[in-house]
Amino acid sequence: MSIAKLLQRPFSVKRIPGFASIAIFTFFALYAPVIILVVYSFNQGTSLAIWEGFSLVWYQQALQNEAVQSAGLRSLFLASVAATIATTVATMAALATTRKKPFKGQTAVYTLINQPLMVPEIVTAVALLIFFAIIKVATGYQGMGYLIVAHTAFCIPFAYLPIRARLQGMDLSLERAAADLYATPWMTFKRITLPLMAPGIMAGFMLAFVISLDDVVISEFVKTPGQETLPTYMLGQLRRVVTPEVNAISSVLLAISIVFVALFFFLNSRRN
Amino acid sequence: MTTASSSPTRLTAEEVEELARKKDTKNRWLLASPALIIITLFAAGPLLIVVLYSFLTAGDYGNVKWIFSTKGWFSVFLQYDIFDDTLQIADAHLSIFWRSIKLSLLTTVLTAAFGIPTAYFIATRPLSQRNLWLFLITVPFWTNLLVRTIAVMELIRGEGVINNVLLWANVIDQPIQMMFTDFAIAFGMTYVYLPLMVLPVYASIEKLDFRLVEASYDLYANRWKCFRRVILPLVKPGMIAGSILVFVPSLGAYITPRVLGGGKNLMFGNLIELQFGQGRNWPLGAALSISLMVLVMVALLYYVKVSGGDDNEHR
Repeated sequence: MSIAKLLQRPFSVKRIPGFASIAIFTFFALYAPVIILVVYSFNQGTSLAIWEGFSLVWYQQALQNEAVQSAGLRSLFLASVAATIATTVATMAALATTRKKPFKGQTAVYTLINQPLMVPEIVTAVALLIFFAIIKVATGYQGMGYLIVAHTAFCIPFAYLPIRARLQGMDLSLERAAADLYATPWMTFKRITLPLMAPGIMAGFMLAFVISLDDVVISEFVKTPGQETLPTYMLGQLRRVVTPEVNAISSVLLAISIVFVALFFFLNSRRN
Repeated sequence: MTTASSSPTRLTAEEVEELARKKDTKNRWLLASPALIIITLFAAGPLLIVVLYSFLTAGDYGNVKWIFSTKGWFSVFLQYDIFDDTLQIADAHLSIFWRSIKLSLLTTVLTAAFGIPTAYFIATRPLSQRNLWLFLITVPFWTNLLVRTIAVMELIRGEGVINNVLLWANVIDQPIQMMFTDFAIAFGMTYVYLPLMVLPVYASIEKLDFRLVEASYDLYANRWKCFRRVILPLVKPGMIAGSILVFVPSLGAYITPRVLGGGKNLMFGNLIELQFGQGRNWPLGAALSISLMVLVMVALLYYVKVSGGDDNEHR
């Protein structure tokens, strides 16, 4: 065994000297800062540099901070509503643009749906700032509606892409069989198509939810004063003295993202 | 005299098919329409208003006056001297454009330097391990950008981890000022955008036929020659795709330069924001936004051309 290994070692066509070391370093560098951030969120002292023992004091402080509470609830509400609407309309759009012969204008539909991915976020943010400033003057409405529609719009492509990918992997034979057995189109959709595409819809919803939860730039420009989301609250805090409270909030956001992304991967990998 | 061809109730097979196709097209447009309406109203459409605003006059307290003016576009590159009203090139803006391009290129090079070996490493793992390694690359990408930027900040702050370790090891006796420098921005953007380089490069290495590599070795190529003449040309499309995917968001970056660069080291995105905040020059901000968008669109169109259209989604 060891001799075989020794014999194998000297030359492998796939090996490029140094690449593995760089790769391992890259993985280390990718995770080390985040891990340090999480570790220091459990630090007892105010310092971000000196370890003074384990404690949950910063999590307690963040939880009791009313600004954090309201920003957190607002973020969750916003992400739930925006992701739900985005996933619903993205599912419809995906059904319209897959599995049959492309219809006239389908490329245009595809391009428009993916448009939010192509424009820099800061440009979209500025455009919405101007647009909503006009609407605010005209109607006087100041509520959450602006954030909801803005988030819904940029979440649509993120919900659409996984759903589309799922649908492309499904052929029409089961639906045809259902139709042969006298199922109505609606029944076919409810009993066959929807259950089959459900993992894609869930994956799309999760991606949209995470994207909405993480958004800073567009929220920062669209929100009316007092409508802080968790990320915009944190961005505001960075201007002042940074305390480990920010680390604690960051760690929670990090945990939520990781859970959702892991679920997304799980749903996506069960494709067939 | 027969009524068969003119009767509305009796159609030829082609006509029936044509009608069915039209109905199908109409239904599918209807099905797609809610998504299209939302995006048109709240993402694509407002961009047209930005174009309009770039040709208006700046209001005294922000916003605009509805008077046509090209001053917004004019001040992208030029300015009047405050003392004698002579025309000058806007040095401040030029230096910000230059910093944006310089730092975005630097970020692209750095992500390539670390990303290509990483992608190669993942693509040469056994199949059963590959998904795990890919997962590890993708997770940071989907976690909050601000959180990752804060993580970088904690690393390079005056009292941050790097300085503490160096002080403790007696390499330095005073903390190095790393925050609020161009270095900090490039470091942060490299960290944040690395997965965007790894994923497309991985996709093209995965397709690489290693029999070609073997053949080159059989023909007496050494490692370097094989890498340069066989692997690199075959992986090039992925590298170009990755470079554009990193360069584009770097050019439009806003959060990372704001947090790590501070108030002095502005990039394109921060200059735009400034016009809508303290600068109170919405037309200039609008003109800058359109310029940035056009730059990004050109790069992305090139990407679509190189990667061959919409079937190359890497997510």
